[in-house]
Amino acid sequence: MRDLLKANQREATAFLVLAALLTLYLTTHPTGANTYVLTIWANQALILALAAIAQFFAVIVRGIDLSVGAVMALTNCVASYLVIGSGLDMALGILAVLVVGVACGLLNGALVVFGRIQPIVATLATASLFVGLALLLRPTPGGRIDYDLADAFTLDIFGIPTALIIAAAVIGLFWVPLRRTGLGLGLYAIGSSEQAAFQSGMPVPVIRLASFAMGGLFAGLAGLYFSFVTTTGDAGIGPNYTLNSIAAVVLGGVALRGGVGTLTGALAGAFILKTIGSLMFFSGLPPLAQPFIEGLILAGAIAIGGAGVLRVKNRLEVFGK
Amino acid sequence: MNTIKQNLPSLDAALPYFGTILLILGGSYFFPQILGVDYLTQQLQIAAFLGLLALGATLVILLGHIDLSVPWVLGGAAIISTSLVGSGNPVLAVAAIPAALAFGALVGIINGVGVAILRIPSMVWTLAVNSMLLGVAVLNTGGFNPKGEASATMTWMATGDLVGLPVAFLVWIAATGAMALLLKRSGFGRYLSAIGYNEKATFLSGVSTPSVIFAAFAIAGLCSAMGGVMLAGYANQAYQSMGDPFLLPTIAAVVIGGTSILGGRGSLIGTVGGVLFITLVTSILSVMQISDAWRNIIFGLIIITMLLLQTLRRKAQ
Repeated sequence: MRDLLKANQREATAFLVLAALLTLYLTTHPTGANTYVLTIWANQALILALAAIAQFFAVIVRGIDLSVGAVMALTNCVASYLVIGSGLDMALGILAVLVVGVACGLLNGALVVFGRIQPIVATLATASLFVGLALLLRPTPGGRIDYDLADAFTLDIFGIPTALIIAAAVIGLFWVPLRRTGLGLGLYAIGSSEQAAFQSGMPVPVIRLASFAMGGLFAGLAGLYFSFVTTTGDAGIGPNYTLNSIAAVVLGGVALRGGVGTLTGALAGAFILKTIGSLMFFSGLPPLAQPFIEGLILAGAIAIGGAGVLRVKNRLEVFGK
Repeated sequence: MNTIKQNLPSLDAALPYFGTILLILGGSYFFPQILGVDYLTQQLQIAAFLGLLALGATLVILLGHIDLSVPWVLGGAAIISTSLVGSGNPVLAVAAIPAALAFGALVGIINGVGVAILRIPSMVWTLAVNSMLLGVAVLNTGGFNPKGEASATMTWMATGDLVGLPVAFLVWIAATGAMALLLKRSGFGRYLSAIGYNEKATFLSGVSTPSVIFAAFAIAGLCSAMGGVMLAGYANQAYQSMGDPFLLPTIAAVVIGGTSILGGRGSLIGTVGGVLFITLVTSILSVMQISDAWRNIIFGLIIITMLLLQTLRRKAQ
């Protein structure tokens, strides 16, 4: 147990902070802690968490994905056309939405791997493309998602918010097994040193493409879950989620220089960020002061994470590798 | 070998100029008015706003960092300058532009402290600074468009004409020229690229790397603030989130101009070309009166094409 904690120090810290914030939120909430409050909170947080996981797959291989929000907007708009009708229609619709997400990720990956464009710039350009396609589908917000299906994913099961069960499933059924495969190892190898990974015979281009594809898949899942929560399609949802997903992975202990951090951490970071926002809402602070305090807390949290450098004994260490 | 190395940035920098000429020629086939003097001088005027922002962004990107606080430095400078002018007090009105620029430089230094001292990735730190500035602006203005107006000087800088050329364009070119001279003639320019290549080696050569980073971010803040002042002069007011549409085009202009997003390699002359290119693409797309959706799609495709051309050119060498 102690070794486990030590190995996952960053994640453990993130979850402790999250637990403290959540307790504070539930105690200050005017109606107190109940399933309803918890469900609303978990739904909002899961959207950002899925976006943060998409960002995680770009950051872990030393990249940044500025198209996370745009892919969400596109998949949200696709979902607003397809996730309705009979059971089979909806199943195919969901599949189509996820295929769109993966395709977007693969396009990003192809530009980076074959086009040799830096991820941050490539995704900046594709983001414009994806938002354009989303606007083509939904010039104005509209469309509808099947209400029963949306309810199934956004309410609770035996008092536990479905969103939390999905989050646990992502970790337990996807991340933990993935981490044990060669692909999971490859992600970290490329993020730490692409050259070393290449020289050890790893198929660097394939792993990088796979990483972007998984990023696209989770951006698509985020767009899909957003559709379940709002039950409508809107092409303008992107920009907020892109920037917040970057903040979330950093809060969750994922290093922007690549190779450090876990999907679990990214998920925790997103939940922390959303909880801070919700705390603000019910805190009784003047509404106009809330954006400022929120920014201050974000900056403070990141600065504390960075304050480790002030304890460094050898000044050269601060420059990193 | 040396000559190739020296020519490398200038070839990359030439690409957006070729693109710009192609756009003008191609566009004029469909819309003859594009070749008119009126249209082209108007483009130079509009390009100046993006140009000032991209000038500052080039310095930061040469360092190997990025400044995401552009939108609210711009917005904040616009709010400060217009509300000082709008206060009706002549002393405050005169101080409007210097105050806005000082604000920009101050935010730049805050950015620099986070990046150089606390070693927080610039992408996250400037993002946090941006959201704090947004918070301060909302707190001060109550979320409404702030009251105030632009002074005669601000309006003249943004919309005036001097010997047939827009003043805004002249301000932009003068600022770029001064910066190019500074980069070429002082150690600062060399240190910028050196840090972009290898910060550790630069530090070990005895360069005070934090001061260079402070200076670069302060200049970037100054440029963003100047852009805000002039944009406020153009619109005769400041409005909420007036800077948001500028952030991504600024980065795109710098990168299309041949500056590496990883730092170390790039040029101001390339950025000028990138700004002209982006401004023309945007303008021609709106002349074509196509929907927002297609405008986004074509904009994205054109940027991808330009970036792929850069790669192809380097492979061919």
